[in-house]
Amino acid sequence: MRYVYFATFFIAILTVSVLGFRGTLSTKPPLELIPDMDHQAKYKPQAESPFFADGRADRPLPAGVVAYGRSSTAADGVFLAADDALYQGKNASGEWLHGFPPAVKVDARFMARGQDRYTIYCAPCHGALGDGNGITKQYGMGATPSYHDVRLRQMAEGEIYNTITNGKGNMLSYADKITPEDRWAVIAYVRALQRAQNGTAADVPPSHQSELGLK
Amino acid sequence: MSNLFPKSANKLPLQILVYLFFVGGLATAGITYYATNSYANVGYAPVQPVPFSHALHAGQLGLDCRYCHSNVEKSGHANVPTAQTCMNCHNQIKVDSPLLAPVRDSYASGDPVPWIKIHQAPDYVYFNHSVHVARGVSCVSCHGAINQMDVVHQDKSLTMSFCLDCHRAPEKFIRDPKLVTNLDWKHPEGESAQVEQGKKFVHDWNVKPPQSCSGCHR
Repeated sequence: MRYVYFATFFIAILTVSVLGFRGTLSTKPPLELIPDMDHQAKYKPQAESPFFADGRADRPLPAGVVAYGRSSTAADGVFLAADDALYQGKNASGEWLHGFPPAVKVDARFMARGQDRYTIYCAPCHGALGDGNGITKQYGMGATPSYHDVRLRQMAEGEIYNTITNGKGNMLSYADKITPEDRWAVIAYVRALQRAQNGTAADVPPSHQSELGLK
Repeated sequence: MSNLFPKSANKLPLQILVYLFFVGGLATAGITYYATNSYANVGYAPVQPVPFSHALHAGQLGLDCRYCHSNVEKSGHANVPTAQTCMNCHNQIKVDSPLLAPVRDSYASGDPVPWIKIHQAPDYVYFNHSVHVARGVSCVSCHGAINQMDVVHQDKSLTMSFCLDCHRAPEKFIRDPKLVTNLDWKHPEGESAQVEQGKKFVHDWNVKPPQSCSGCHR
């Protein structure tokens, strides 16, 4: 009987040494003892498909399609992105829009949204202050312009919108990451950054001047 | 005839019975330990086509998770980024690196980089990223400290009991949604302050994580 226990003990040790412990890193795909219905005949996002020649289940858009975005509550400008001010940054005569399109409302909430999006998508290169000293600069990113140059301070909002949407120079398009409304929010925040860097003592409201030791 | 069985054979039935209990216990322990996701899936760290380091990009550079996984707030699926996302920087940084060749090829051809999916929810689970992120469930709760991983591995079991641990006590985990992508954040005043704040969030936002089957399965 003692030998039976020894043999069992040996098998247990063998099992542990072959199978290892929980949480051990492994490059091999997980074993599935009981597959249940884990893998069903359906496509999930960004999945593979042997059916299509390029092997992907997500189908790229055919050439020339326009995103359809009509909702029952939004104004007609949303339908087929027809609002040129909102979606192109252009005014009625086709020039870059100065100021913000009528479809967006610039308020504190909008500004906070702009700050949020700016911090995620713009700050890595343009820097938290908009001075072009983002973290990527230390890793070899080419010269990123400062927002505080006269050229960019005077640039029309519509042209900034176009830069975010279509990219410019080495900067690629951010249209897939930032929605049109959010792009305007980012522009509002960029304007705030520019104002903050070029402010004077006169810009501080009188009620707060004493906090800065101005009076 | 009296010596056909030795005297010790009298104890044999009991010994066999004890042994069977012993082996039964051992087998139960083994199956409990090995035949679950905690063993099978945790630690899965496949070799990816590009040795992308989250520790470098998300940890050292401090890029927000959403810079690349940009749809996570809007979509049930947290997207793998496009090759263009990589090229935003890598059209200027490490432009000739052979390690980045699959990304450059993908950007030029439009064919995706064949990344290997690590965290696999079974097809009968309908997990939605956006609803969790919007209500302050951090990435770190399910994915672990990705910002410290050079090679990403599955850190949590992602079993149903793992889900229910939070669905039954969300106050232990939910935080200000602004801090969702801050993977190092813990409540500065400790566990009890987290629960207290969590309870407030649960009440204020009317958080009712479903525990019914159809909440996650359909």
